[in-house]
Amino acid sequence: MENNAIITIKDLTKTFPMGKSSFTALEGINLSLGTGEFSGLIGPSGSGKTTLLNIIGSLDTPTSGEALVLGHSIGELSAKQAARLRKESLGFIFQSYNLLSVHTVFENVEFPLLLLKMGADERKKMVMDALEWVGLTEKVKSKPPQLSGGECQRVAIARAMVKKPSLVLADEPTANLDAANSHNILQTMLKLNKELNTTFLFATHDEKVIGYLRRKIYLLDGKFEKEERVGEDEVELKEVESGRRLSK
Amino acid sequence: MKTALKLAFRNLIGAGLRTWLNVLVLSFSFVVIIWMNGLMAGWDYQAKTDMTNWQIGGGQYWHEQYDPYDPFTLTESHAPVPAGFSDELARGTMEPILVVQGTIYPEGRMQPVAITGIRPGQEILMIPTFALDTVVTDAVPAVIGAVLSRNMQVKEGDRLTMRWRDANGMFDATEILVIKVFSSNVPAVEAGQIYIPLEKLRSMTLLEDEATLVTFSDSEKERQDAGEWVHKSKDELTAPVDEIIKTKTVGQSVFYGILLLLAMLAVFDTQVLSIFRRQKEIGTYIALGYTRREVVGLFTVEGAMHSVLAAVVAALYGFPFLWWQAREGWTMPIEASEFGMAMAQTLYPVYSAGLVIATVLIVVLVTTIVSYLPSRKIAKMNPTEALRGRIQ
Ligand SMILES: Nc1ncnc2c1ncn2[C@@H]1O[C@H](COP(=O)(O)OP(=O)(O)OP(=O)(O)O)[C@@H](O)[C@H]1O
Ligand SMILES: [Mg+2]
Repeated sequence: MENNAIITIKDLTKTFPMGKSSFTALEGINLSLGTGEFSGLIGPSGSGKTTLLNIIGSLDTPTSGEALVLGHSIGELSAKQAARLRKESLGFIFQSYNLLSVHTVFENVEFPLLLLKMGADERKKMVMDALEWVGLTEKVKSKPPQLSGGECQRVAIARAMVKKPSLVLADEPTANLDAANSHNILQTMLKLNKELNTTFLFATHDEKVIGYLRRKIYLLDGKFEKEERVGEDEVELKEVESGRRLSK
Repeated sequence: MKTALKLAFRNLIGAGLRTWLNVLVLSFSFVVIIWMNGLMAGWDYQAKTDMTNWQIGGGQYWHEQYDPYDPFTLTESHAPVPAGFSDELARGTMEPILVVQGTIYPEGRMQPVAITGIRPGQEILMIPTFALDTVVTDAVPAVIGAVLSRNMQVKEGDRLTMRWRDANGMFDATEILVIKVFSSNVPAVEAGQIYIPLEKLRSMTLLEDEATLVTFSDSEKERQDAGEWVHKSKDELTAPVDEIIKTKTVGQSVFYGILLLLAMLAVFDTQVLSIFRRQKEIGTYIALGYTRREVVGLFTVEGAMHSVLAAVVAALYGFPFLWWQAREGWTMPIEASEFGMAMAQTLYPVYSAGLVIATVLIVVLVTTIVSYLPSRKIAKMNPTEALRGRIQ
């Protein structure tokens, strides 16, 4: 798995200026993530999960150390190159969905394909495929304000997945959802992970999410704390359990 | 760019009422600017046409001493009409006009006037000189303009004493009978002038065959034999109209400048608010693969698109309105003759393609600039903070 690493982080440190001094949000992080992993950054509030996810997503840069994502060193990319990396290879899922509220479900999911300058026919097919993955083909014409939270997050997943990116970064995707919806979207993501071999990296402290992860990377106060790996069978088992729990 | 246009359009339409309010104000600017400029162009055209019809014909030859703004030149500014004009004089394509300084006494008051001798049968100017072709035994028939009539309380059928000096400087006086009062839109022909038959004036002043100016109908014709007489083309004679209209236009620009400013404030305000309220959206665009500069572009296009929508809306109600105005004209609420310049009571706006295109270009350009200025702020945003909507 180390040979086909999609993310390699070496001695990464991130400090934010705080008035005259500075605040260290991440310190000495080393991490390697392989293709097809379903993993998560876990830790209490303020432990640096979002900060690390943002750096991996090329929305921020490391203060020192290196973050290699799909062969690109994040700190050395120009604004244009970083945008291109996000446009072509990364998908984002946010806690608060971040859908474009005046656009329809179809248009929201279509957006990444517009940026890739795809033809209308191809776009339409891919959008409908993505909406099928998340089970929202009925709602193409709806606008986000007319959808439930769970539906919104499924649209966001479709938007992140529609271009079949190599890596999906999901920051607290279930924080605004109830248990049933949380399980539902996690199942969806797990299914896509298996079918498309897309790498998922979460940031979360939600036990429901943690239960699905095959690799759990614990952060504490900006430092690596520990790591746990779970065999595939155990995850399957948990899926069944959660399914049972839901049906009760 | 195509993507930005598409997105900007969706965002703009999606913003609903606010967009349409801005668009309405902007479209109003479009229509008012085009209408007011059209009105000015129409006035210019009309004033020139009226001047041509009533005052100057196809152009004039002036006696070299003649200066219409200085009545004292009138004593010197007359001479026999050049012999080379006789053909045209006979055909009526040229009309000699003799102007002599005189005085009338309406109700005992003293009023200086320009006594204008003109052939009753002339057909170049619209002044109803045919009325002078009346046989009056005990007075000189005269035609006057409505302004003079109003100012001096003189009506058709009134008799007045008129005094003048002949070629030898001797004073003489006679009675005139006002046969007709005419209205034109040209104050210069209506005020301070009394029209009497040319031959009558010539004999009264002992200036046989002389004239002060000669009006002609054919402006194209080349004439070599004018002697000392100064040729005045139609363009030269109507140039003061352009000057007046230009001054007026400057005044009007202030008005629609203010209107445009209001529209721009509305767009600017919307942009500033957008950038503040839509931080998360901005962060999302960046996360999905836009650079910050591309987001600046998107927001600029979005703001500028207000003016494009406004042009469409303006066309919807502006076209019928402007067309109706061009047909029915715009009647001024105040007496036009009070302006003291060539102006009809009802103005008919004239629109040119150039006017419409220039207006659209200017409004689109200004809207784009006003949209761009606040959007520049996006280029300095931190995408991770924008995503959290944290920027104040
Ligand atoms: N732009 C910034 N400027 C200063 N400090 C920051 C900035 N961004 C994050 N921090 C700080 O860095 C630390 C880590 O923040 P981060 O958002 O990564 O935490 P997190 O693990 O995602 O927490 P949560 O579970 O609450 O989302 C926090 O103490 C936070 O206050
Ligand atoms: Mg966080």
